[in-house]
Amino acid sequence: MSDNRQQLAGELQRHGISRRTFLKFCTSMASAMALTPAAAAEMAEKLVKIKRQSVIWLSFQECTGCTESITRADKPSLESLIFDFISLDYHHTLQAASGDAAELAREQAMHDNAGKYILVVDGSIPLKDGGVYSTIAGMTNLDMLKQVAKGAAAIVAIGSCAAFGGLPKASPNPTGAVSVSDIIHDKPIINIPGCPPIPVVMTGVLAHVLTFGIPELDDMGRPKAFYGDTIHDRCYRRPFYDRGEFAKSFDDDGARKGWCLYELGCKGPTTHNACATVKWNNGTSFPIQSGHGCLGCSEPDFWDAGGFYKAISTGIGKPGQWATGALAAGAAAGLASAYLNKVTKSKAEKDHQEVTLEDMGGKHE
Amino acid sequence: MNEIELLNWARGPGLAYATIIMVFGLTLRVFEILSLGRAEELAEVRGSGVSDGWKMIFKRSLPEPRHWKLITASYIFHVGLLVIIFFFIPHTQFFRDVFGVFWSGWPNYVIDFFTVLSIAAMMYTLVSRFVDPTRRILSKMSDYFAWVVTFLPLVTGYMAFHRLGMDYTTMLAVHILSVELLMISLPISKLTHAITFTMARYYTGSSNGRRGIQS
Repeated sequence: MSDNRQQLAGELQRHGISRRTFLKFCTSMASAMALTPAAAAEMAEKLVKIKRQSVIWLSFQECTGCTESITRADKPSLESLIFDFISLDYHHTLQAASGDAAELAREQAMHDNAGKYILVVDGSIPLKDGGVYSTIAGMTNLDMLKQVAKGAAAIVAIGSCAAFGGLPKASPNPTGAVSVSDIIHDKPIINIPGCPPIPVVMTGVLAHVLTFGIPELDDMGRPKAFYGDTIHDRCYRRPFYDRGEFAKSFDDDGARKGWCLYELGCKGPTTHNACATVKWNNGTSFPIQSGHGCLGCSEPDFWDAGGFYKAISTGIGKPGQWATGALAAGAAAGLASAYLNKVTKSKAEKDHQEVTLEDMGGKHE
Repeated sequence: MNEIELLNWARGPGLAYATIIMVFGLTLRVFEILSLGRAEELAEVRGSGVSDGWKMIFKRSLPEPRHWKLITASYIFHVGLLVIIFFFIPHTQFFRDVFGVFWSGWPNYVIDFFTVLSIAAMMYTLVSRFVDPTRRILSKMSDYFAWVVTFLPLVTGYMAFHRLGMDYTTMLAVHILSVELLMISLPISKLTHAITFTMARYYTGSSNGRRGIQS
């Protein structure tokens, strides 16, 4: 492990990363996280001095989209530089080793860096039927998470599956999928939701953890710097929403004019993420800019929020059917009630006995 | 439960319970009222009462010079509520989803205008209920309850749209929950008048007509 723990300055030089590229990375990360300009210099200074941080990346019930997001760039991107600042000791998709050798690498890293390593998790954890729905080297995801989390300094839950359960948790949740924070309660957990998360958000948070520690988080454990605003707050189509100008279909005049996609099911108003500002593919675009509403993928249970093409103001389920059923039941109960009233009234009339004055002891004059 | 789970609950199970209680309750009440039948006329019937019944439905909607301020305020918030409920664009989406019928909503600034006006008018009706000694004595808890459950959706909807108070997701959830409270209250409070006012007026008008009383 000594190679992994050497200072970064030499390591970067060895990889041919120039000081200019390195500073550009730090400035980009600091600016993405809305830190002060001085913080970029401080980040650069700290990053070159730190020992390479050991990171164990566990992939559970996931689709590898999060890893794809952070690694798939059309050219060596600033985002990919983060892999030079960390020692990625275990990662299914990226590691060369397999089988026992891979598991040994994980155990070695856990042993050598006990209490210091960062645990990155992508994917949800199945609990149903003893967690048999996802196992690695014969070990359930639940057991592996508990084992690795024990010695971790902090946990980063990457993607909506690890952060909130994501797609595997979607109704009817056949595997009993849960998030990392549903299981681990005694370690700091940073949630970076998204399906997948934006690459610069992942690297920005990791850079922050390496240099300044855990960033400020919201009530769902998300870094406020990236998840503080909603897509709607920062959407360039917001003025159309405010004026009530909405596209009615994906190819009508409103859509061509770039009007708001609220009526087409955009979940931007309730989705916290940085897509509208940081954007995707090196800042090229984001879903709304390409003409499709936000799916709300960085929010819990986005898969069960009533349909991607239904406005947020609609109900989840079938309100029309409930109303029809209730109407029929109400009518039946009303008729039954009317019948009972009629029976009671008839009975009262039938049982009615006329009382004369004589019956009451009086006499007619 | 986080805010998005609260919102999803309000849009899902919450809406289901509220819809079922409201529709079941209102249908039951209408059937019960209709099954009571008409009181037996002991005197000679002087007309069918049909035209008087219809006349009463519309006549009771006309403003009266008495208490004109209060009546104007009532008009404003009743009309305002109708406009807001049926013509705010997100609401039209809701109705389209439920009934499959779509009509165009009105611009947001028009809805905003009606909302502010309706909130002010409702505040006026509440203050006048406190200030006027007669109305204060006549007012019961049920009157204040009806006011509160009608007022809450208005004010929470306004706050959600303008991003006031809490974050939008929570405020939207609170707004939908307040609407559900209103829906549940409809069959069990004075607010039933929202659907029974026409038949109640018709009954009064036609009874008057049958007895030869001018409506």
